[in-house]
Amino acid sequence: MKTAKRTNSKLQRRNDILGYAFLAPNLIGFIVFTLIPFVYALYISFFKWDGITDKVFVGLDNYLALLKDSGFRIAMKNTLIYTVLNVSTTIVSGLALALAVHSVKHLKTLFRTTLFLPNMVTISSIVIVWQAFYHPTYSPFSMILRTFGVENPPQWIGDPKWAMLCIIIMSIWLNAGYYMVLFLAALNNIPSHYYEAADIDGAGIWKKFWRITLPMLSPTTFFVVIMAIINSFKVFDQVALLTQGGPGRSTNVLVYYIYQESFTYYRFGSASAMAYVLFALIFIVTVIQYRGQSKWVVQ
Amino acid sequence: MNGKSKLRLSGVAGKAFTYAFLLFSMFLALVPFAWMVSSSLKTETTMFVFPIQWIPEEFHWDNYQKAWTMMNFMVPFTNSLKVSGIITVGQVLTSITAAYAFAKISFRGRDKVFLGYLATMMVPFQVVMIPQFILFRQAGLVNTHLALILPGMFSAFGVFMLRQFFLSLPDELLEAARIDGCSEVRILFQIVVPLSKAAIASLSIFTFRWQWNDYLAPLIYLNDKSMLTLPVALSTFRMENLTLYTLIMAASVISLIPVIVVYLFTQKYLIEGIAMAGLKG
Repeated sequence: MKTAKRTNSKLQRRNDILGYAFLAPNLIGFIVFTLIPFVYALYISFFKWDGITDKVFVGLDNYLALLKDSGFRIAMKNTLIYTVLNVSTTIVSGLALALAVHSVKHLKTLFRTTLFLPNMVTISSIVIVWQAFYHPTYSPFSMILRTFGVENPPQWIGDPKWAMLCIIIMSIWLNAGYYMVLFLAALNNIPSHYYEAADIDGAGIWKKFWRITLPMLSPTTFFVVIMAIINSFKVFDQVALLTQGGPGRSTNVLVYYIYQESFTYYRFGSASAMAYVLFALIFIVTVIQYRGQSKWVVQ
Repeated sequence: MNGKSKLRLSGVAGKAFTYAFLLFSMFLALVPFAWMVSSSLKTETTMFVFPIQWIPEEFHWDNYQKAWTMMNFMVPFTNSLKVSGIITVGQVLTSITAAYAFAKISFRGRDKVFLGYLATMMVPFQVVMIPQFILFRQAGLVNTHLALILPGMFSAFGVFMLRQFFLSLPDELLEAARIDGCSEVRILFQIVVPLSKAAIASLSIFTFRWQWNDYLAPLIYLNDKSMLTLPVALSTFRMENLTLYTLIMAASVISLIPVIVVYLFTQKYLIEGIAMAGLKG
């Protein structure tokens, strides 16, 4: 910026050319594959269209129809349930793991590497194990429950009441390590003299946690919560691979519903309208992040 | 970094509790893998036997051979390697030049364009997937790897991550090179890139892993078996052989081996990259 003020117009022109030349490869791809599709999707959302026959302009009908569509309502409800339960449990587990790994002297790398491992795997590769774990009749969980005298253990992914919980537990397994890594980095950045001062004051572990650790972690926590909410809105792989939205519609989440609407039923207009609802949700959460950062985060 | 004083449970009991908690968590993290390997060596009839036999009575190594042949493993593996590899190289290159422009060249409109990039990081793939599909259908690229490769080469995330890193490099260094008559291309590739090896390595690993694991886009575009990438090939194999648990387990183990090996070698970059950029889980 300092140099920008001093430069004459000739140098500025050189910079303009250079800047856009360096930007060009990425910018062109960005315009073709993101910007234009983004605008075009909004346009499609005002039409009834199967992608082959002529588009029929329907105005806001696709959006209004969503209000009456029970499938959409259920998908929204499922997405919210998934988001609330998944975000809270995954983040608490991630934080607990980070605090533990941070505090130990030995085997730190081993713990960190192993606990992060589930986040690395291709979901498609690991899902078969979860499918077996959640098998309606042969699930090892059911076998264990039976040995404890439970006569009718749940049918896991075969039971509409349990299926969403099964997906959430798998998601915690997949993602807790990721949030652990984010919290670990933040814990490393807390200056140790805060704790030394607290030690001199004779503060106990709870006091140190509530008065030092948690406030110092708040920027990370805030960021992590927002990220986790957005990622939960977009959950797809687990649902597509484990339950296909079933049994019934009990695990059909928004993104899976959009996928079905697009590529099973080829209702491009209505699918685009739903995708824009998803975008609106993410937009709102991001604005909250932007606004809230200064408010409740201790810097 | 690790000062002596930090938040930790004190006393022998506290330490014991911490280690016990971590060992138990580690057990939970590893159980699915152990179960998978163990089941992959069993027969269908012994797979669900309870109490669980962690070590099978007989090792059925032939499950691996069968799974390998039935899935024709080299085909999806090569497809995945090709698609993820090309995308990674392409995305890293386009991100490097764009990030350099944003971080170190003061051209007019820079901040506005950058804001546009930042804003699209919010746009979920579901919004653009139908228009992208129509575009590729019109271009006759459905059921080709290009439909995955082309959009994959450009990512706002990569630009954002590298820009943050490039900003931390001192301007004086570049000014000195400019005064010596170095061209911008040489400054970028002979000064900036070598200084940013760690960030570029992190981005490469991120991108590769993201593409390697991607399920939705290949599901939309690829139909022919000979074109499928590993995640879709594996889920197809699973759907077609629903009852052959042990074979699916063996196929899954085979598909995880390269991922785990690469992870063990790159975990330092990966974990530090996440801590640095904090994005894209």
